[in-house]
Amino acid sequence: MQLVMLLLGLSVATALWTGVQAINAEARASYREASFAVASGAAAQLVPRSGTSIPVTTYVALRRAGWLVSPILDGEVMFGDVRINIVGVDPLTSPREALAVELGTDDTLERFLSREGLMFISADMKDRLAGAATLPLAVDDGLSDGVGIVDIGQAQTLLGAGDTVSRLIIAPEQPDGRPPLEVVAPDLVFLARSDATDLARLTDSFHLNLTAFGLLAFVVGLFIVYSTIGLAFEQRRPVFRTLRALGIPARVLTGLLLLELVFLALVAGLAGVVMGYGVAVLLLPDVSATLRGLYGADVPGTLELRASWWLAGLGIAVLGTLVSSAESLWRVSRLPMLAPAQPRAWARASETTLAAQALLALLLFAGGLAALVLGSGVVAGFTVLASLLLGAALLLPALLAGVVGLGQGLARGPLAQWFWADTRQQIPGLSLSLMALLLALSANIGVGTMVGSFRLTFVAFLDQRLAAELYVEARSPEESASLQAWLAPRVDAVLPIAVLETELAGQAGQLLGVSDHATYRANWPLLQSAPDAWDRLAQGEAILINEQLSRRENLGVGDRLDLRGQWTAPIAGVYADYGNPAAQAMVGLATLQARYPEASQTRFGVRTDQVGVEALQTELRDSFDLPDGVIVDQASLKRMGLEVFERTFAVTAALNVLTLGVAGLALFASLMTLSGIRLPQLAPVWAMGITRRRLAMLEMVRTLALAALTFAAAVPVGLALAWVLLDVVNVEAFGWKLPMHLFPLDWIQLGGLALAAALLAAAIPVRRLSRLAPSDLLRVFANER
Amino acid sequence: MSVRVLLLCFVMSGPASYPASAQGFAGLGAQVEGFTITTPGYQFAFPADHGAHTDFRIEWWYLTANLKDADGVDYGVQWTLFRTALAPGDKAGWSSPQLWMGHAALTSGSEHFVAERLARGGIGQAGVTPAPFAAWIDDWEMTSEAQVGADVLSALSLGASGSGFSYELALKADKPIVLHGKNGYSVKSEQGQASRYYSQPFYTAAGSLKIGDRNIAVTGRAWLDREWSSQPLAGDQSGWDWFSLHFDSGDKMMAFRLRGGGGAFTSASWITAEGDVTPMGSGDLVLTPLDSAIVAGRRLPVAWRIDVPLRGVSVTTRALNKQAWMATSVPYWEGPVSVAGSHPGRGYLEMTGYE
Repeated sequence: MQLVMLLLGLSVATALWTGVQAINAEARASYREASFAVASGAAAQLVPRSGTSIPVTTYVALRRAGWLVSPILDGEVMFGDVRINIVGVDPLTSPREALAVELGTDDTLERFLSREGLMFISADMKDRLAGAATLPLAVDDGLSDGVGIVDIGQAQTLLGAGDTVSRLIIAPEQPDGRPPLEVVAPDLVFLARSDATDLARLTDSFHLNLTAFGLLAFVVGLFIVYSTIGLAFEQRRPVFRTLRALGIPARVLTGLLLLELVFLALVAGLAGVVMGYGVAVLLLPDVSATLRGLYGADVPGTLELRASWWLAGLGIAVLGTLVSSAESLWRVSRLPMLAPAQPRAWARASETTLAAQALLALLLFAGGLAALVLGSGVVAGFTVLASLLLGAALLLPALLAGVVGLGQGLARGPLAQWFWADTRQQIPGLSLSLMALLLALSANIGVGTMVGSFRLTFVAFLDQRLAAELYVEARSPEESASLQAWLAPRVDAVLPIAVLETELAGQAGQLLGVSDHATYRANWPLLQSAPDAWDRLAQGEAILINEQLSRRENLGVGDRLDLRGQWTAPIAGVYADYGNPAAQAMVGLATLQARYPEASQTRFGVRTDQVGVEALQTELRDSFDLPDGVIVDQASLKRMGLEVFERTFAVTAALNVLTLGVAGLALFASLMTLSGIRLPQLAPVWAMGITRRRLAMLEMVRTLALAALTFAAAVPVGLALAWVLLDVVNVEAFGWKLPMHLFPLDWIQLGGLALAAALLAAAIPVRRLSRLAPSDLLRVFANER
Repeated sequence: MSVRVLLLCFVMSGPASYPASAQGFAGLGAQVEGFTITTPGYQFAFPADHGAHTDFRIEWWYLTANLKDADGVDYGVQWTLFRTALAPGDKAGWSSPQLWMGHAALTSGSEHFVAERLARGGIGQAGVTPAPFAAWIDDWEMTSEAQVGADVLSALSLGASGSGFSYELALKADKPIVLHGKNGYSVKSEQGQASRYYSQPFYTAAGSLKIGDRNIAVTGRAWLDREWSSQPLAGDQSGWDWFSLHFDSGDKMMAFRLRGGGGAFTSASWITAEGDVTPMGSGDLVLTPLDSAIVAGRRLPVAWRIDVPLRGVSVTTRALNKQAWMATSVPYWEGPVSVAGSHPGRGYLEMTGYE
């Protein structure tokens, strides 16, 4: 039983850790590749200034001028009734990372380049295209449905494109001294994914989130291992003593035990890695969907067994085992040869231990508080988190003992008094697993609260901020001007937005120029503002800054913002800007244009009747021959924004449940082992006439009561955790603070879940007790154990 | 495995992934249907033959230069344009079966820079025009600077660049090109595999090298090889050792040894300072590896003895830089050598097919 628990605890802990690491590693590796992937359009590219095609001669001119660019020709083709987005690539010039498919096996490349051609598609699409495709098909699991990768020659034929291509990918390394783009290809413009770095920071936070969860799960798992090993060693004391008495040196004995533990750790670690793989396989589709939303990058929903996390999983299993067994091993090596062979009540910690733990907890709280007040940065935020959680866990036994002591004082009748006293005596034995439960529950509440608050705030924010019905980003100022001219008589309002990448109070950021319109006055989410903020903005007298900038530079209404020393503008308001880690400020459009004629003038919003949006979009696209991505409607933008976070939440929720499961397992392990040790304490009560059934009932009530108390303690800890996440970690990591919302319904649900877990954990030990043979109980008095 | 390695294996062999031993180095020993077979008795027609022969499977414009700076420090430069065809003939546009590969290298005693470019035919990104003569891939060019009426190859300008290096050279030759083998029919094996092969070995070179931020003015000699075939190697030939040597006497020698099958197949051309060519067959010369070095994880002979008893030639060659490895799609060793013994001088050595 102990062996099973030890292996189970260790392997479950390793599994969660490894699973999370696997997802992280896979996702990172994937979008390292994907960051250049053709299909995602994430690479730096050259696109036509107007229209949708680039003459092949322009491509050749660039190559002959020394520019290392590679052509892409894409478009839609119908095969039967299946629409495929054909992406034609040139494998000879394409940066390897930009080739969305692997051509390096057997005769694949030959077939790809051959006259017959070869089209790579997803497995699903291959089934759907059966019989309809006009060229041979190959499956590549990394491709999204609806994308077909072919040689550019094939694409030209399929699309009837003539001697043109759609865009040019720029290789990451370019030779020096090549002539500038304006000289070689004045009709092309550079399209960089300028928002890529911002999004990278958001994905980082996502990974940090996952890693923290993985670590938490592992710590909880270690609680199990620690208690199991401690118990196992305690029970084997007579054997150890006998062995020592027979002349085996302490060092050899310790060495052998160590060997045994390492072996077990490896076995469990291996199982854990395999299980972790399973966890990752289950969660990866959600994670990859999240990252696709965040990054626009395809992370394949498949998993490779990467040696790195595989070895890391085994390593951490062994390390974890050694850490949690260090104390026990040390004790064995110091075991006095003549010590009584009687199993000591292993878990019977004294009042002093409780007091010491409580003291340590208070010290941790103090440390966390100090970090909160004195520290800064994400590291300080996590220090606060860690000390809060550990401190709360350490304080728990003392707290429970106090509450139970209170119960004892209030109890009437001998049985009730015995119940409370006995519960109190059991607390040290259960403390580790209860601590694990507390950690899991408070993490659950904390993260749940943060996620929920973020969702509420973010939804409201999107509704306010995305007030325009259409958002357009033209490819050139000229195109922007002609689009606006075309739109003006057809819509309620066109709201041009000029953008300047600049320094705001010494920080890299964006300066926006916006027109004076009711849309902004009515909807823009201002956190603080002077009474006449919008009027002063329109008149060019003041500036608005985003929350991030306000917090980082400690600027507020009434302060002045320094713009590269050329201009200092009074700040009239601070607006919320969730999702954007960078500094930003807003001025009136005319002001920006007057002061910075170089500002980009390609973006504008369109206010129009919601009903005609789709028709307008189609008409605009067709009239100006606009490629995808130039126009985005409000609904799609909102959907994209929300999808990202919904996916994140799904993964978080899954990990939450898993962590809780591990905590339940820890509780089960402790109850199981205690049920054996407690016989001497139960036997007298039984002998006095309390039936085994009754005793079992009391055991169950006790476990539930302890779980309920732990849950009660977890609520404030979880809320404190949420507060730290929302008000400290978020501010340090992203520069925004989120209002905290409470979700009591979720807590009730979680409380139910915790009680259910306790019920399950206690079921087997209690059942065993109720079926205990009376002879076993009698034996306690016969001194025959 | 890199896409490009396979690309080139395939490009150069038709059906990909033949083991080198079975189909010669880089598949050059494979016979592919539809391409023209090299036969004896061909009459070269210039300048047309300076251009591409798209009915043959492979072809190259191969220039090497032995250079010195003002302080007498040695350098070597390589500029090569390879053409390979997926199918015979040519077409305009992306569907052209012609593929191009450029290699550029700059070698000093302590450094060796390599760059590679790939391009498809049919769109103008790479190609060769015979008159006015120009061979190019991307911004790498070899262009005729010859006077009207003169041989278009008698004056060339040459340039290429890669990561950390670039070079610009002006080349001038005062003697006509030379044909190897029997009137340019160069036999490569006992079974009769052959190529069409001529050279311009008489270039004097002047120009500048750039290594990092350093500009170096150089002068020296250069050698252009032109060769095309559809199956230059026998199926059992695994690689070759090839020399182009400028002796201080003004004489030149091209010599190669093809390895594999029933032993080595050797062939050479003795070119006098006046430009007279004498072909030499198997048995007329002996190439003996002396020292070897570990290069890119394999053992390569970097010093050789070359004996041509009929000409009284007994020389040894030593690599300027033993690590002159061309880590390109099809990797090989190519670098400048110094020549000592009966006929001192300088030259270039190429070694392929060492596993």
